[in-house]
Amino acid sequence: MARDSQAALVALNRFGFGARGGAAGDFINAASDPRGFVLADLMRPNGALLEVPGLLSTPELGKQVFDYQFEIQQARNAAKAAQQGASETPPQGSDAKPQPRRNLSLSTAAKEIAGKDPAMQPQAADSANATMTPSATMQPPTMQTVAGPPKPPAQPLNIIQKTFRAEALARLQRGVVADCGFVERLVVFWSNHFCISANKGALARMWAGSFEREAIRPHVLGRFGDMLKTVEQHPAMLFFLDNQQSLGPESRAGINRNRGLNENLAREIMELHTLGVGGGYTQDDVTSLARVITGWTFAGRRGQLGAPGSFVFNANAHQPGPQQVLGKTYAQAGLAQGEAVLSDIARHPSTAKFIATKFARHFVADDPPPALVAKLQDTFTRTDGDLRALATALVQSNEAWQAPLTKMRSPYEFLLASGRLLARNPEDPGRYLNGLNVLGQPLWSPAGPNGFPDTAAAWAAPEGIKLRLDISAQLGSQLADRFDPRDLLELIAADAASAETRRTIERAESRQQALALLLMSPEFQRR
Amino acid sequence: MIMDCSESLMLQTTSRRALLLGGASFAAWAYLPKFARAADGRDPRFVTIILRGALDGLATVAPIGDPDYAGLHGAIALKADGPNAAVMLDPFFGLHPAMPEFARMYRAKQAAVVHAVATSYRDRSHFDGQDVLESGFPGPGRVQSGWLNRALEALPKGERVTSALAVGPTTPLVLRGAAPTVGWAPTALPQAADDTAMRLLDLYQHRDPTLASALTQGLQLEKQAQGNEMKPPPGGGGVAAMRLVARGAAKLMAADDGPRIGALAFDGWDTHANEGGPVGRLAQLLGGLDGALAEFQSGLGARWRDTVIVVATEFGRTARINGTEGTDHGTGTIALLAGGAVNGGRMITDWPGLKPANLYQARDLAPTADLRAVIKGVLHDQFGLGERVLADAVFPDSAPVKPMKGLVA
Repeated sequence: MARDSQAALVALNRFGFGARGGAAGDFINAASDPRGFVLADLMRPNGALLEVPGLLSTPELGKQVFDYQFEIQQARNAAKAAQQGASETPPQGSDAKPQPRRNLSLSTAAKEIAGKDPAMQPQAADSANATMTPSATMQPPTMQTVAGPPKPPAQPLNIIQKTFRAEALARLQRGVVADCGFVERLVVFWSNHFCISANKGALARMWAGSFEREAIRPHVLGRFGDMLKTVEQHPAMLFFLDNQQSLGPESRAGINRNRGLNENLAREIMELHTLGVGGGYTQDDVTSLARVITGWTFAGRRGQLGAPGSFVFNANAHQPGPQQVLGKTYAQAGLAQGEAVLSDIARHPSTAKFIATKFARHFVADDPPPALVAKLQDTFTRTDGDLRALATALVQSNEAWQAPLTKMRSPYEFLLASGRLLARNPEDPGRYLNGLNVLGQPLWSPAGPNGFPDTAAAWAAPEGIKLRLDISAQLGSQLADRFDPRDLLELIAADAASAETRRTIERAESRQQALALLLMSPEFQRR
Repeated sequence: MIMDCSESLMLQTTSRRALLLGGASFAAWAYLPKFARAADGRDPRFVTIILRGALDGLATVAPIGDPDYAGLHGAIALKADGPNAAVMLDPFFGLHPAMPEFARMYRAKQAAVVHAVATSYRDRSHFDGQDVLESGFPGPGRVQSGWLNRALEALPKGERVTSALAVGPTTPLVLRGAAPTVGWAPTALPQAADDTAMRLLDLYQHRDPTLASALTQGLQLEKQAQGNEMKPPPGGGGVAAMRLVARGAAKLMAADDGPRIGALAFDGWDTHANEGGPVGRLAQLLGGLDGALAEFQSGLGARWRDTVIVVATEFGRTARINGTEGTDHGTGTIALLAGGAVNGGRMITDWPGLKPANLYQARDLAPTADLRAVIKGVLHDQFGLGERVLADAVFPDSAPVKPMKGLVA
């Protein structure tokens, strides 16, 4: 069978998460049947689901975080009472003191990890302490004058931090072992399209992983309309975009509390999730949709409306009466009204165009070929938003294979590709999380509801490239002696590697330097 | 918006940097060897410093008295007089002016130079050359242990050292193997070496102009950010980092319960272009190495008198400079010995000369000494390791290479 090395590079980097090290043979497999290699990823039944023992559902997690916050509040109140009761002396010791929510600094987190890391034990030879970014150093007590005073020991992680790390680890491990990684790339794409930010608060951090597992993964190869509905009814999204605070002005609760709409979620549904800017909606449409979805909320700690942490429709908060959205009147009562609007918006031509453009831009080029966008738009419309069909159409298009590799790997793709090549199945998410923080793509924490940027320029910024180089140099210094860099170049690019890249790696002054240069080579950075 | 940041700080440039650490590292044996201590209370210390990238021995300890030297080394040749003159170690050899500390040790008979030395490796690949240098095997090939670790295995194991282990770059191959080791790396970040950045920039300029421009700007930003931060400036893999690592290593090794045997590796010696003569790139690196040796002397304090440091590199560089005022991969080079226990103040060499006919393959300084003989001599004198162990276990198949005598005072 003819081998197409250039197409293998496209298959592995543009669509997948990069070639795995060891004996996986990814490059050879991709070269002998590039399209088949990528499409095979779509064929595994339930391949997008992530079910890992110990990962809980959103309501279960909600209950945990409500209880945790309640305990803190109780302790605070008790402390306050004790303080008011005390005559002059402030409380001594920490018994009566609450544990306020701590800002665990990254280095503290890293140290906390390092403390449990087998790599922290004296070891023979080939130490297992290589990191995606280095963690903090435990200094010998005698070293203080050299390296500054040792930091105080980290406190144990709270339930929110533990959950976030467990969710992150499950996602990372799946990414490192996946065959091609195309489905995982789709998960990352849709998760960023419908992003929430863990920085919004404790609930968002607690739910960041379960949101992706419950609202994104089941629909990545399903229907867009189903994903849209699941996302907009997920407690994480309702919390992130404040819909639990939105009351119909004429609803019972709105009248009682003299409060009204919060348009945040309605606006982002139209602007970011479906129609896109310029997609033909007006401010009136946003306001109408906001009214339509009043009452979409989640149950709190006491569970008056339902199981704590689960989606509920609160009729008391819902704006009564029909609403007009995008020229159509919706007269349904209750929850059905909003579901009908979402169902129509999902099928809107503007949505098809917006999704097709964004999809092509993510995978192929900042300015994707118009013919490709048209093809994807047509597929989306024709199949009623079948996302497996959309992904297949992308892979089956010649444009997606012919476009030059002008995109940059995002920090997440870069770190994961490094982990795959160097066979670093993560046991501890801290290394990756720190790396993502350093490189400006903190996991599940974009700065705004529009998600992380998706253009080459955003990730080819000067500071970012220099930091990637520093991280690559560190990976080199930590891991290079396990590999021959010339072999690794065969694994990732074989004869698709440029002569200059090959020469640069062969002439490096050490294995360490060679690995750093390999990880920074255009063949490894571009996709 | 309430920020609940536990692992999601949107960090400023400087604090983002502060999260990183790395660079040169130090590793040591995890145990105190039980030396049969002599009556004079000797408590020997041994350090090996590996210079990765192939040090230009002719530029470091220059055969100024050799009539062919100045012509071959051209614009970067050292001179016996004038500005930035070499420090003449004897009438024939001059030491690079960036190494005043080593010059002082040499005059105090606490340092020596072995010239025209090489490992048994005769090709010119850095990867394979470093494997041979550090593994102690006669030829290239991937092995998982180094000669220093195998030497440790032959020593009687005493108490465990109490110094804590740090996460950092891995142990150099020379010290890897069955004998347990500990490591330490400073928390400051020496960033990716300038040399690595320059090679990458060169690749980008040929293949990816966009990334070339981004990297160029990134490197400039970096330089601006250096300002007031307490960290080594970038440069040759962090010249300041060499001092920093040596200082930390010396502190650990000076302690009564500290390791006695350690290894360091410094990168950046592959000077293909703009090597520089008395000043310039190599001069900076040599200044860093010189500083590291000085840190060992001051940090080890009273233990300096029982110390031997061996500085070695995988191979030498071409005798004649190339068209870019650098040198390419060669063969013969130098090894440096420093420490209070060294029988110093000597140039140890069977000088082959630099006439075309005398050069190895008509291009390199010809090796007249085997680096294994030097190291075997030191290990024998410092730790009493027998010739059999040295010839079979430490440096396999090296029986014909006899340990050099009289290196330790």
